[in-house]
Order: sequence, then structure tokens, then C-alpha cells
Amino acid sequence: MRKTVSRLEIRGSPGVGMRWSNFQRRYAPYIFISPFFILFLVFGLYPSLFSLYMSFQAWTPSDGWGRWKFVGLENYTFTFTDPMFWRSLWNTVWLGVFSGVPQHLIAIPLAFVIHMVLSRFKTFVTAVYFLPYITSSVAIALIFNTLFATHNGVINLVIAHLNTWPLLGALLPDQNINWFTSANIKYALALVVVWQFTGWNTLLYLSAIQAIPKDLYEAAAVDGASRWQQFRYITLPLLRPMMFFAVSLTIIGNMQLFEQPFVLLNGGASTATPGGQTVTMYMYRTAFEWLEMGTAASIAWILFILIGVLTYLNNLIFGRGARGVD
Amino acid sequence: MVKPKKTSASSLLLRMGGYALLIFGGLLTIAPFYFMFVFATHQRSEIFGFPPPIWFGEHFWSNYQILLQKIPFWRAYWNTFYLAFMITITTLFFCSLAGFGFAMYNFRWREQLFGVVLATLLIPAILNLIPFYLLIYQIGWINTPKALWVPAMAGAVGIFMMRQYIVSAIPKELVDAARIDGCSEFQIYWRIVLPLIRPALGTLGLVTFIGAWNKFADVNVIMRTQETKTLPVVLRTLQGATDVEWGAIMAGTALLVAPLLLVFALAARQLMEGLTSGAVKN
Repeated sequence: MRKTVSRLEIRGSPGVGMRWSNFQRRYAPYIFISPFFILFLVFGLYPSLFSLYMSFQAWTPSDGWGRWKFVGLENYTFTFTDPMFWRSLWNTVWLGVFSGVPQHLIAIPLAFVIHMVLSRFKTFVTAVYFLPYITSSVAIALIFNTLFATHNGVINLVIAHLNTWPLLGALLPDQNINWFTSANIKYALALVVVWQFTGWNTLLYLSAIQAIPKDLYEAAAVDGASRWQQFRYITLPLLRPMMFFAVSLTIIGNMQLFEQPFVLLNGGASTATPGGQTVTMYMYRTAFEWLEMGTAASIAWILFILIGVLTYLNNLIFGRGARGVD
Repeated sequence: MVKPKKTSASSLLLRMGGYALLIFGGLLTIAPFYFMFVFATHQRSEIFGFPPPIWFGEHFWSNYQILLQKIPFWRAYWNTFYLAFMITITTLFFCSLAGFGFAMYNFRWREQLFGVVLATLLIPAILNLIPFYLLIYQIGWINTPKALWVPAMAGAVGIFMMRQYIVSAIPKELVDAARIDGCSEFQIYWRIVLPLIRPALGTLGLVTFIGAWNKFADVNVIMRTQETKTLPVVLRTLQGATDVEWGAIMAGTALLVAPLLLVFALAARQLMEGLTSGAVKN
């Protein structure tokens, strides 16, 4: 009602002032949104396209700026034939799965339990689980570096203690684990990543669970559904849109893991421990240690395409019925 | 959740089991922070002695002295704060302005342009690390903080959050009324909208500050001199030495993390709600 009145007033009183304000109204929004687009073009799109261009060039900083050499697909063929690349890719995928899947397998029931048994302390408890997410990955990796120490590291001591328990002990190794060997570092990294991001996923799932209408559960309870049945047939299906969103974020994040392995491996001492080198670390070394900028750009693009494919597959699996999230 | 009509024994058991699980998980989550603060007060030999310390020691001060000796600690701390502050302040301004633009105006290509904003969220950050470094190198911004805060001034996440909030919180009639009273378009944003979106600005400010405070990969490649590096980067370099002073590193880490923990303690609810409100629509 008021809207129409005000429009009429504007139309009804033309003049220089009015023309200026119409001009403003027309162009102001473009000016307001322009900083994003300018910054995106300069610092986002241009570097991306430039790296695509570079991936077909041979260049190292000592060549001097602008002295590119077109090499066709050589960077890509080099990357695809480098065993180190495949090793890094395998590590990344392994880590992606073994640090990604547990996050969600823990977070969904955890969110359900928080929602079920807590009322007053819900925010406090969720905040505790969320703490690792706001903490710097570098700080986290440094802390875990001390906790994973082979001799008298807290984690090894806990394992040694659990070893004395009946049943459980049989499953655990009875010697100190050297976590920083090529074979073991993956497990350490997966543990750190799970610890860091489970709380974030819990928060996402909790917010989705809270949005589920209560009468659904009430109706189910009246029909005699157990808590497990309620979880299985109400909560899980309705969480699907959030699963799509959360799993997408996990895929995008896990495929780019850099800081945790970089710091845990002390700057990527990856010749000694190739088991912990991720694709982004391999890219970083190619660029800043071996100074092969063109090859590094090709690695970045291979990774980009891989992330796109995985996100698409995730879309196929969880995407249907995921309309509630965008 | 549904309250059970009768508190049966099994439901009580479930509840107790739930509490036990939550407490156990919570302790696992807190433990690394606890050890960080404890180790910050011990020497290297104590940290890796048997048994490792589980209570605070008396070497915090000497660890701190080692930090001051080995790295420009307060300089790095200031750099971290300066970078986070500049990114936060500029993000709040440019993102709320753009969010206001997208929320309150009808203009040509609006939906498409907003689609571009959202699409940029899908570009992996790490993809740009190398060309971004080369661009900064080319324009001569290596070792300058503006190389890191200027590109971060108007991010897609912030614009998305601001637009959502302004659409839901501010009636268009209010804007129309301001126009009739002779406000310019920028004045409407500055004097009417900005004061009304304070809660959303608070959340975005927190998210942005935390993200900027924790920056590592790009700072690591852009800042080449000790005077310009931020605290996470210089703490990392301490790790490279042969005789690693883990007590000092833990002290530095604790001092890096402490402000975030403090901010989080004060604003956890707002932060957590703000982070998920973009993800879930009710």
C-alpha cells in the first residue's frame, strides 16, 4: 500500500532534483557492487586464466618476466608421468576419504544426541566441539606435532595405556608408534583433520536437525516408533540436503589440504616422508622449490578439474531432493 | 524433541549414555588445547620426559624470552592483528554495501551478477596461489600487507551473508521513505541500513577476523622478510631449527590462539548462528 503511494509521489513531482535521484537510483547499485567485481577480475579471474595460460608455458623466475616459452602439453605430460604426482594424488584421495568420511559418521549421530539430550547447555556443548574449527590450522598442527612424539608423546602413552586393557589391547600395537614415518603420517594427518572439522559438521547437522518440524516426531511417537526408527526414517532422510552441502564443503576442503601436512611434516620434508605429501604440497614444491611455474600451474588445473568432477559426483549422489540448500 | 510421556528406565539410560558420550567427546576435543597451555609452561626436556607434564609448570617466562630472542615476536603479532583488522574493516564496508545493492534495488542483470558472486565460491583458493604470487610480484607488492588485504576486501561469502540479512531484516518501504525525505542512495545505506544490520555485521566481522587471523599459505609466499611475516608463519619457521624449542613454540601458539578463544567465549552463540544461517534456510 505505502509502496504504491510513494511511487506515485515520485512520478508526480518531476524536476531537476527528481531527475538526479532517478539517475542515482539507476546507477547506484552498479557502483555499490562494483568493488567485488573489480577485485574479482583483477585478483581472481585474471590469475586463474593466467595460470591456465601458464600451464602451457615453460617459465622459471630466472628467465625474466615475460620470457615465456610455449611448450604445448608438456607440463601436463610431465605431471602425469611423474610418479611423485601419482603418489601425492593417492595420498590426497586416501586422506580425503579417511579424514572426510569419519567426520560425517561422527557428526550426524553427535548432532542428534546433542539435540536429544541437551536443552540448556546445547550452545555451550556445541561451542566446545566447534573450538577446533576457529583455531589456526598451523597452531593445530604444531600442537599435534608434540602430541604425536614417538617417545613419551601423549598419544603414544594413551595407546600404551589402552594396551593394558583386556580385549582392546589385542587390537593395538604394543610398541611406540613412530607417527612421522611415511607409512604412518597419513593416519596422524587424518586424525588431526577429523579432530579439526568434526565440530563444524556437527554444527551444520545440528542446525538442520533443529529445522525439522517437531510434529513429525510426535506423530511417529504416537505410532509407536522407537528413537532409532525416528532417527532412521525421519532425521536421516530430512538431513539429506545438509549432507549434500556439508559433503561438498568436505570434498573441496580435503582435496586442498595444505597447512596441516605442511606444518606436521615440517615444511614438507617429503623426500623422507612421501606418504604425507598432498597434491597441493606437491604443487607448492614444484612452484617454490623447483621454480617450475608452468608445471605447477598444470598441477593446479588438474586439481581444479578433479575437484569439479568429485563435486559433480556428490551432486549425483546427494543432490536429488537437496533443494532446501543453495 | 518429543518429551517421552513417561520417563521410563530405558529412556533414562539413553539419556545418561548420551551425556557420557558428549562429555567424553568434549574432553577429547579440549585435550589438545589443554596440552598446548600446559606445554607452554614447560621446557623441552619436560615436555618429552616421562611422564609428560599434565599440570602447569614454571617455564612460561623463559619460553617467552626464547621467543623474543629467536623471532620478532611482537612485530609478527602486530602484523597478524593489522592484517586481520584491515581485512575485517574493509570487508564489512564493501560487503554490506554490495549486499545492500543486491537486496534493495531492481536492476538489469541483477540475478546473473549475483550468480557470478556465488560461483566464485566454487573456485578452489589454492588454484590461484601461484598466479596470485606472480601478479603480486609483478605489481611490486611483495612484502607489503596490502598485497593480502586489498584482494580480500569484498569476498563472496560476505556479500551473500549481507544480502540475505538485508532482504529479511529491512523493509523496502523504509528505503523509499528515506528517499522521499531527500536521502541520497549512499546516505540511505550509511545512515539507515548500516545501523540496522549491526547483528549481521557483528557475525561477518567475527568470521572474517578469525579467517584473516589464521591465514597461512598466501602470507607464507607473499611475505619474504621476517619483519613482514605474521605470527603463524614465524612460529612455523621456529620448527625448522635443529634443536627445536617446543616449549617456546607452544608458548607462541598459545599466545596466537588465546585472543581467538577469548573472542569466541564472548560471541560463540552469535558466531555459530551466523555461520549456519547462510547454509540453512528456514
